Amino acid sequence: MDGLTPTPPARLDGYDFDYLIQEDRVHRHIYTEEPIFRAEMNRVFGAVWVYLGHESQIPNNDDFVQTKLGLRPIVLVRDSAGKFRALYNRCTHRGSTICRQESGSAKAFQCPYHGWTFLNSGEIRGVPWPEGYADDFSDSKFNLAQVPRVDSYKGFIFGTLNMDAPPLLDYLGPVAVPLAEWVDRHPGGKVSLCNANRLKLHGNWKLVYDNSADGYHVVFSHRSLLAMENRLADVEDKGMTFYKESPDTAPMYVYYFGNGHHFKDKRGNVERGTPGALWAIEGVAPGMEFFEDKLRRDHPARADEFLDLAASEPMNINVFPNLHILGNHIQVVQPISVTETDTTWWGTAVVDDDNVLDGAVDDINAIRMRTQEGFPNFGEVDDIVNFEQIQVGLRAEEDEWAYTHRGLGLPDRFVVDDAGTIRGPATDEVFLREYFKEYRRLMTTEPNIRIARDV
Amino acid sequence: MSEDRAVKTDPSRSSFYIDDDYYAALAADFAGWQRDDAEIADMGLRDSCRRFLEREARLLDDGRSDDWLGLFAPECLYWVPAAVGGGDPRREVAIAFDDRRRLEDRVFRLASPWAWSQQPASRTSRIVANVAVFATGDDDIVMTRASFQISEFHAGDYRTWAGWYGHRLRRAGDGWEILVKQVNLIDCDRNLRNPSITL
Repeated sequence: MDGLTPTPPARLDGYDFDYLIQEDRVHRHIYTEEPIFRAEMNRVFGAVWVYLGHESQIPNNDDFVQTKLGLRPIVLVRDSAGKFRALYNRCTHRGSTICRQESGSAKAFQCPYHGWTFLNSGEIRGVPWPEGYADDFSDSKFNLAQVPRVDSYKGFIFGTLNMDAPPLLDYLGPVAVPLAEWVDRHPGGKVSLCNANRLKLHGNWKLVYDNSADGYHVVFSHRSLLAMENRLADVEDKGMTFYKESPDTAPMYVYYFGNGHHFKDKRGNVERGTPGALWAIEGVAPGMEFFEDKLRRDHPARADEFLDLAASEPMNINVFPNLHILGNHIQVVQPISVTETDTTWWGTAVVDDDNVLDGAVDDINAIRMRTQEGFPNFGEVDDIVNFEQIQVGLRAEEDEWAYTHRGLGLPDRFVVDDAGTIRGPATDEVFLREYFKEYRRLMTTEPNIRIARDV
Repeated sequence: MSEDRAVKTDPSRSSFYIDDDYYAALAADFAGWQRDDAEIADMGLRDSCRRFLEREARLLDDGRSDDWLGLFAPECLYWVPAAVGGGDPRREVAIAFDDRRRLEDRVFRLASPWAWSQQPASRTSRIVANVAVFATGDDDIVMTRASFQISEFHAGDYRTWAGWYGHRLRRAGDGWEILVKQVNLIDCDRNLRNPSITL
């Protein structure tokens, strides 16, 4: 990596983040200003470990899938030697993308423009008519750029450009615990991505992050979903209905873990460890009655355990800045511009390589696919329109502030443990205040961004 | 009939018909059906299918969602795949895979005053064209393919949805009822803004 010019700092003249991020409120500019967005792509997305993809998307050597790190086009590969790499999808010659296919398998990538070819390790393999060059192309400067640090945890692949970032596990810190619990409830401690509900909003990416541990909006933003879930008398108390009464007195909590990560744990509403408890509160889904009967008939001793795998896990785990686990979904947030964001709700399937589920995996997944289609269709669409309408409201220049102070000044609402994790009631905005402090720290710190070319 | 029995036999209340056989038949019915030698040339039959699809579009454009629901057979499917070609719904999520009960949920939610994604309700104008009708092994059932373009006006914005419909229709009285409506969006595997209208 010697001799590379670091990414130049984004210019932030005139923005004072001590002013923009205050104890009880944030300024509209963090959602509306183009220079701040451009700086975020380096100072946030260039500084921390960013989620790039899931191991199940590239299960075999030579597999690849396109992704992004901030706005940087990336080809995430499991190279021919089995190593995860995040290659820049950018020919070293003239800058064209070298990979145009969403996903697939390839030992090498050839640029469609002039035919320069690169191995899936990033190493340059050859150029057409090399006699026209004085160079011999053994210099690593002609290799594809790649993210210098790539690591994975529990199937989640992350990368960072910041040479000074802590190791991935240190960056995750306490959020690694619920992340592991979420994964490890599945056989073999793994899941597989199985297509997605893909949504787009005309709003800033932080509006999605702001909402991700928000227990305050549920009964209002999702009122139509709650009404729908209670449309039939016999499904009362299913789905999200544990929000109906007074969510702050229910056994569900919001946690702030540091490094911007937070977590809303709703598992207190179900009897953990009791097989069938999760299934008992699952909303209705196509085919659920048939497959429940079938599982109970074919696997009488284990049906409750199997049905719980088809039901949603009541956890919202938020790994700053772009990874969310909600129910059985892996939601990935992708900034497009200051006012445009893609949010992709990947479905997850149970995999049973060791056949510990007695052949029930296909029936479990037949229900699980359908349970996962409910919230994106009937819940998230309403949230997204509310996010878009925040972006509209924030056009009012003179009305500068958005408040984040629910719970502030009421210290009895919080518990702080020895590790510094803050726990509050489900509707509290403590997670907002705390993650914005981390955001402010990042936006006022120059990361040590490097790319690698040595393979 | 006991209450329990009534629920079990009512596809609006329970979902027993989406079973192994249903998924297997769906895969078979929606594979390789657009064969040149199966296309029906009979003008009367084609016209009757075309009129049915145009009426469906009209009901949706006019917000007559209960009448639209009435076009579907009791055991029906509204399917918007997230994969080109449909994918395998047993093993992957779809944009929508609504059985009768979930389709009624969809209509119920949109009719509520709290579905913020449809406040105000979108205005739509649909063009259904290039209707081709295909025979199946069953004289009472046909498959139709039709291109669609939906212009949507919502909260000051215009947007367009495009693709083709695959309908599996069964004779009912003088007309047809929908067994399966498959909506194939040309951008089904891309991020979609506010996909809350019924397509």
